[in-house]
Amino acid sequence: MLLALSVLIFLLLRLTPGDPIDAYIDPNIPMSPEQLSELRSQLGLDRPLPVQYLAWLQQAVTGNLGFSIKRQDQPVLDLVLSRIGPTVLLMGSALVIAIIAGIVTGVISAVRRNSPVDLSFSVFALVGISSPAFLSALIGLYVFAVRLGWAPSGGMLTPGAEFSVADLLHHLILPAALLSIAQAALIMRYMRSSLLEVLNQDYVRTARAKGVKEFWVIAKHALRNALLPVVTVIGSTIGLAIGGAIFIESVFNWPGMGLLLVNAVETRDYPVIMGATLIIGACVIVVNLLTDITYAVIDPRIKVG
Amino acid sequence: MLARTPSHSPGPMARAFHRFGHNKAALFGVCIIMPMLAMILSYPLWWTFKPNDIDLLAMNSGPTATHWFGTDGVGRDVFVRVLEGGRISLLVAVASTIISAIIGFLVGAISALAGRWADAVTMRFVDLVMTLPPVIFLLVLASIAGTGIWPTVLVISLLSWPLLSRMIRSRLLELRERDFVLASRGMGAGLGHLLFRHGLPNSIDILVVYATLQIANAILLEAGLSFLGLGIAPPAASWGNMLNAARSTAVLEQFPWQWLFPGGALILAVLAINFIGDGLRDAFDPRAELN
Repeated sequence: MLLALSVLIFLLLRLTPGDPIDAYIDPNIPMSPEQLSELRSQLGLDRPLPVQYLAWLQQAVTGNLGFSIKRQDQPVLDLVLSRIGPTVLLMGSALVIAIIAGIVTGVISAVRRNSPVDLSFSVFALVGISSPAFLSALIGLYVFAVRLGWAPSGGMLTPGAEFSVADLLHHLILPAALLSIAQAALIMRYMRSSLLEVLNQDYVRTARAKGVKEFWVIAKHALRNALLPVVTVIGSTIGLAIGGAIFIESVFNWPGMGLLLVNAVETRDYPVIMGATLIIGACVIVVNLLTDITYAVIDPRIKVG
Repeated sequence: MLARTPSHSPGPMARAFHRFGHNKAALFGVCIIMPMLAMILSYPLWWTFKPNDIDLLAMNSGPTATHWFGTDGVGRDVFVRVLEGGRISLLVAVASTIISAIIGFLVGAISALAGRWADAVTMRFVDLVMTLPPVIFLLVLASIAGTGIWPTVLVISLLSWPLLSRMIRSRLLELRERDFVLASRGMGAGLGHLLFRHGLPNSIDILVVYATLQIANAILLEAGLSFLGLGIAPPAASWGNMLNAARSTAVLEQFPWQWLFPGGALILAVLAINFIGDGLRDAFDPRAELN
C-alpha cells in the first residue's frame, strides 16, 4: 500500500508544472542547451520513468526526500520532522478532548433519550459535523481570543519568553478544543446509538432485575460493550482530524505539518509538498493498521486471518 | 390464487416521496434551501449593487439600510457578494458532483460487471485514493491544477468518486447474479447494455442520495480550498475566499460582518442539503419503512 502510494506521489511529482531540472538551475547563470542536457543525464532525468522512480524510491527510503526549493535548500526530511512534534501534540490533545467529550455527551444523550438535553446535544453534534474546521476556527478565534481575551490568538509559545508548560498549554487549549469539535460530534453520535442498542439487550435487563443500581448498569455492564464500535470510529476520525488540523494550524499559525504543507502549496514548493504528503500518508496507513489491531485485541469475537 | 398488486397501489418512487414528505428535518432543509436558491439565482433583478461595484463612500461600513450586510475593504457590497459567492459555490458543487457521479458510476459498474481483472485493478486504485485524507489530496492536486472555477471543479471531482464507485460496485455485484441479468447476458447483451439498461436504473437511488450529500461536501471542499487561497481566486466571489479575508487580523477583529455572513450562508446551505440528503436516504431505504 505504501509502495503504491509512493508511485502515485512520484507520478504527481512529475505532473507538476515546469521541468524538474529547473530546481537545480541557478537562474542567474545562462546555460546552453548542451550544458542542460549534460546536467540532465548527470541527474538521471533522461532515463525512463520507472528507472527514475526506483532511484527516487531508493533515496526516499534512506531518508533523502530532496531539498526545499523555497527555504534556502533545507532538506525536506528535516523540515517535516521538525513539524511532526507540534502536530502530534495538537492532534493528540484534540483527540483526548474529543474522546472524553464525545463519550460523556453520548452516554448522557443515550441515558436521557429524547429529553431536551439529548436534543440539544444532537443538534450541536449536527452543527459540529456540518461546519467546516476553518469556520469554527475563525468563530472560536473571534469569540475566545478577540472578544473575551481568554486565549492567545496564535502561535505555539509566547515569542521571546522562556519555555514553560503553562505557556504551551495556554496556547494549545483553544486550537485543540476547536479541532476536537468535529471528532467529538462524530464520537458522540456513535456512542449514543451504540449504547442505546446495548441497553436493549437481555443481560442489561437481567442486571436491572438483579437490583444493580442504574449507574453501575450503565458504567459496568452496558458501557464496555457499547465502546467497541466506537473504537473503530475513533480510528476513522484520524483522517478527518488531519484535514481539520491543516485549517486550524493555518488559522492559529501553529507550527505543524499542516502549516508547512499550506505554505509549501502557496509557494509551489513541490519537493516539500510531496515529502510531507508521503509522510502523512504513511502515518495514516500506520494508524489504520493500529486501529484494526486494537479492535482485534479488545473484541475477542474478531479473529485475525 | 394469484397474488396481484392492485393497480392503484403506489409504486416504489411514490412511496419514497411519501416517506420524504413525512420527514420533518428533510422538509426543513427544503424550506431553507429553496429561498436561498431563489435569492441566489434572481438577485440581479432586485438588488441595486453588482458584486464588483465599489462604493467609495462606504468602505468597511457595517450593516446599514443600503448595504444590508455592510461593505468590505474596498467598498463592495457584502450582501451581493454572498449571493454571487453562492452562485459560484453552487456551480462548482453541482458541476463537480455531476462529473464525479459519472466517473464513480462508470468505475463501480465496470469493476462489478467487466470481469475479475478490471475489478481488481479498479478497486486497488480506489483503495489507494482513499488512503490519504481528502484534504491533503485536495491540496496536492490543487497545487498542480492552479486556481479558478474549472481547475477547482476538476480537483474536487477527481477526489470524490471513489466512495460512490464502491457503493455502486457492491450494488451491482448483487444485481449481476439476478435472473433477469443472467438472462440478458445469456442472450448476448454487451457491457453497454448491462451498464445502462440494468445497472443504471437499479442504482439510481444510490446516485440521487450520493449526489445530494456530495453537493454539500463539495461546497465545503471548495470553501476550504478558497479559504487557503487555492480555489476561486479574487476578485470573483465565493464563500470560501470571502472567509479568506478573515485571515487578516484587522478584518477578523474589526469587521466581523465581512466573514460572518458568508460563513453563516455556508453553514446554512450545508446543513440544509445534509438534511435533504439524509431524508432521501431514509426515504429510499426499504428498511426505513419498518421504523
